[in-house]
Amino acid sequence: MNELDELEAASIFILREAYNRFDDLAMLWSLGKDSNVMVWLAKKAFYGHVPFPVVHVDTGKKFKEMYDFRDRYTDEWNLRLITGDCPPVEDMDPTLPPAARSAARKTAGLKSLLEEYGYTGVIAGIRRDEEAVRAKERVFSPRGEAAEWDFRNQPPEFWNQFNTEFPPGTHVRIHPILGWTELDIWRYVRREGIPLVDLYFAKDGMRYRSLGDQDITSPVPSNADTLDAIIHELETTNTSERAGRAMDHEAEDSFERLRRDGYM
Amino acid sequence: MTASEPQTDPVKLVIVGHVDHGKSTLVGRLLHETGALSAEKLERLKAISAKRGQALEWAFLLDSFQAERDQGVTIDVSRIRFDTAVRPYVVIDAPGHVEFLKNMVTGAADAEAALLMVDASEGLKEQTRRHAYLLRLLGVEQVAVVVTKMDLVGYDQQRFSEIARDVRAYLQELGADPQVIIPISAREGENIAAKSDKMAWHDGPTVLEALDTFTPRCPLAFMPLRLPVQDVYKFDERRIIAGTIAAGQLRQGDTLLFSPSGKTARVESIETWSAPEKLEAKVGEAIGVTLDRQIFVERGELASHIEEAPVLTNVFRGRIFWLDDQPLKVGDTVKLRINSMDAEARVQAIERVIDTESLAGGGADAVNRNEVAEIVLRTRSMLALDEARANPETGRFVISRNFRIVGGGVISMEGYPDQREAITVRSTNITASESEIDRSARWRRNGHRGGVYWLTGLSGSGKSTIARETERQLFLKGFNVYVLDGDNVRTGLSANLGFSPEDRAENIRRVGEVASLFADSGTIVLASFISPYQSDRDRARQAAGDSFHEVYIKADLSVCETRDPKGLYKKARAGEIPAFTGISAPYEAPEAPECIVDTDADTPDESAAQLVAYIEKVCQLTD
Ligand SMILES: Nc1nc2c(ncn2[C@@H]2O[C@H](COP(=O)(O)OP(=O)(O)OP(=O)(O)O)[C@@H](O)[C@H]2O)c(=O)[nH]1
Ligand SMILES: [Mg+2]
Repeated sequence: MNELDELEAASIFILREAYNRFDDLAMLWSLGKDSNVMVWLAKKAFYGHVPFPVVHVDTGKKFKEMYDFRDRYTDEWNLRLITGDCPPVEDMDPTLPPAARSAARKTAGLKSLLEEYGYTGVIAGIRRDEEAVRAKERVFSPRGEAAEWDFRNQPPEFWNQFNTEFPPGTHVRIHPILGWTELDIWRYVRREGIPLVDLYFAKDGMRYRSLGDQDITSPVPSNADTLDAIIHELETTNTSERAGRAMDHEAEDSFERLRRDGYM
Repeated sequence: MTASEPQTDPVKLVIVGHVDHGKSTLVGRLLHETGALSAEKLERLKAISAKRGQALEWAFLLDSFQAERDQGVTIDVSRIRFDTAVRPYVVIDAPGHVEFLKNMVTGAADAEAALLMVDASEGLKEQTRRHAYLLRLLGVEQVAVVVTKMDLVGYDQQRFSEIARDVRAYLQELGADPQVIIPISAREGENIAAKSDKMAWHDGPTVLEALDTFTPRCPLAFMPLRLPVQDVYKFDERRIIAGTIAAGQLRQGDTLLFSPSGKTARVESIETWSAPEKLEAKVGEAIGVTLDRQIFVERGELASHIEEAPVLTNVFRGRIFWLDDQPLKVGDTVKLRINSMDAEARVQAIERVIDTESLAGGGADAVNRNEVAEIVLRTRSMLALDEARANPETGRFVISRNFRIVGGGVISMEGYPDQREAITVRSTNITASESEIDRSARWRRNGHRGGVYWLTGLSGSGKSTIARETERQLFLKGFNVYVLDGDNVRTGLSANLGFSPEDRAENIRRVGEVASLFADSGTIVLASFISPYQSDRDRARQAAGDSFHEVYIKADLSVCETRDPKGLYKKARAGEIPAFTGISAPYEAPEAPECIVDTDADTPDESAAQLVAYIEKVCQLTD
């Protein structure tokens, strides 16, 4: 087995564990590269089926290309799509810096969706190498009654045995691609032929490395317009993936605050 | 392998050691030295260090929580990728504070290699030793020791040698050997990537050189097949048994044995989606197979080949680490997870709580948070498992309580038999022929019920004497009675068996079956056997059904040892008899015997009289 095979197998194991242990399970589908890889992994794990709903928490501020992509692959992949809206930014904690405050809408949207549908297991496509706070995540990460992350007292997790039990009123976040790197994602996309939104590929010397809301994500200079070119670019750069995400740079603790309150 | 050949498989490397002994600083520095940090990140690091009035604090790269930065202590593990010229690594930065040992275990359990860090100015401390011990327990065998903050001791070779001697001595006591011991200063970057001028006396490798001698753990490909059943899918017309291969390999057409159910079926296909057709699969692969027969299997079963099946048992020993605030006590019921199986287990004994400072240990009533211990766990249901030394993957377990994983351990079966032989029905083409004379007819002819009276107790407790005396008295009173004991069984029925745990279990199984036949024929059978394991006696009970009576011939070990009629205890104490019950092998006292005969207090005649009275009462015909 090569490294991609090992990553794939580990993710499938996690997805199967989640499906077995949680009756009310859903997968967050943000339409970005990571969550498309996740959907693909689910189809591998369950032999062409995705046996739980995919949830798109819609900020209403995504790129048009992303909405088109969503509609096309919901059909093509035979997904059960559930969408949820987000409250206006004015309702968010005013002490947060502007971009973080805008991102907090997603947390709020997710929380009301959780309440509506009663999901107890929520699969999310975050990775440890994206951000130093995410580097400390567990694969099965318990959330409290207000969806909060008690990051100072995470339960132990080892030997492929996960914390799949939870008190009533709480839920568990499940992170099947936590151990993948950005480069792993792209190599896997290339190997498997996984479709992605065009915005990742360079046009006029710019491309998106990470896709968030339109108003708080910016493209980075790049000429990488093919999968090979993107992979080559990543093999030789050490600038960080989320450099184009405004909220990561506003204040030292922005991201920690967002995540503590239940952000992905 | 030569150093110039790039390897693509990452090595998972954990950094452990006492609190503040420079672990995160080394990781930060390693990232810097290997070019993993962008100029932008370095700038940010400087800014957040300056904000706290500090010079460049490398540890802040890993210590990303505000609380960690503010208090200068790692709370939870970080995992981060970096590459050397030779291969990629996943570095796992563990916390050193005892308060966060659960997080250290979370990180270290995953690792294939470790750096054990020691602060040159402090030397070995409590968590240095505990972490080293846990590395052994978790099976991390590749360990290099790093003595850091050498700048604080003036790069003194003498000081380094002292620490190197201490750490080597401790590791050797654990049966480990450090690959290398490297003096460094992480903060100053000495001996990290380049050899240090300040420590020219060190003729060993730098940290980076040492890392590149580590190798990924060999997958267990050539071991017996183990495929824990994770789930069974029926999304379409296929019924797919899904799981990740924990060891060995399987091919289409192989016959699989599912344990503990004992069912077998052949692999009809290995299923795939958006991948080439598959005829075989190996350790590590997450697969799904269809079977040639529709047998009922479910999550929790462990598939293997028939010839190399896992152990079946409902009792085992575990060397555990305990991470819960609440202590683990004898008699506690906990949730046990082994592979994909869940079971309730009872803590039958805590045999040793180990002091990781001195490595001494003794029995205890409880295992407290962050302690390591040796315990005996018993379940109601049968478990399929391996011993850790045979298969580290399937030979370990996790304990959970109150929604959280709170401990884990590795399995040993020392002193306990594999029960597979005893419960496997080999002959398959036998149909039971029913006798036309029913049990009650025989009983009426005899004037009493038949039954199995199973006398269990330590050697020297008086089983045989009491059995013989009881037989004599009952016979004289006109009962149909017969004694089965070692003397008339070992030479015939079980002549081919020795005294290994498996053979003992088989012996008891045979006696149980024979006794049940005797009882069925109307006889009162007195079966007198040490039979130290509850599970063996339970099986004998199953064979005989409602006519089984467990009789505990109770005597203190010390009393038995003074009686010592055959001089066996003396020999056992001298080590001449291995696995002697009560001395070097366990005796499990009956949990709910029908009758207890206490021979400490009574004479053999009194004891026999008590048993005779009991039998007379229960074997009476009621109608
Ligand atoms: N003088 C000197 N100080 C060092 C060196 N390495 C680390 N330190 C300092 O030692 C302190 C603790 O370092 P950390 O790297 O946070 O220690 P740690 O082992 O990660 O601590 P925990 O994770 O909390 O157990 C910090 O103030 C560092 O700056 C070194 O080589 N020399
Ligand atoms: Mg640290």
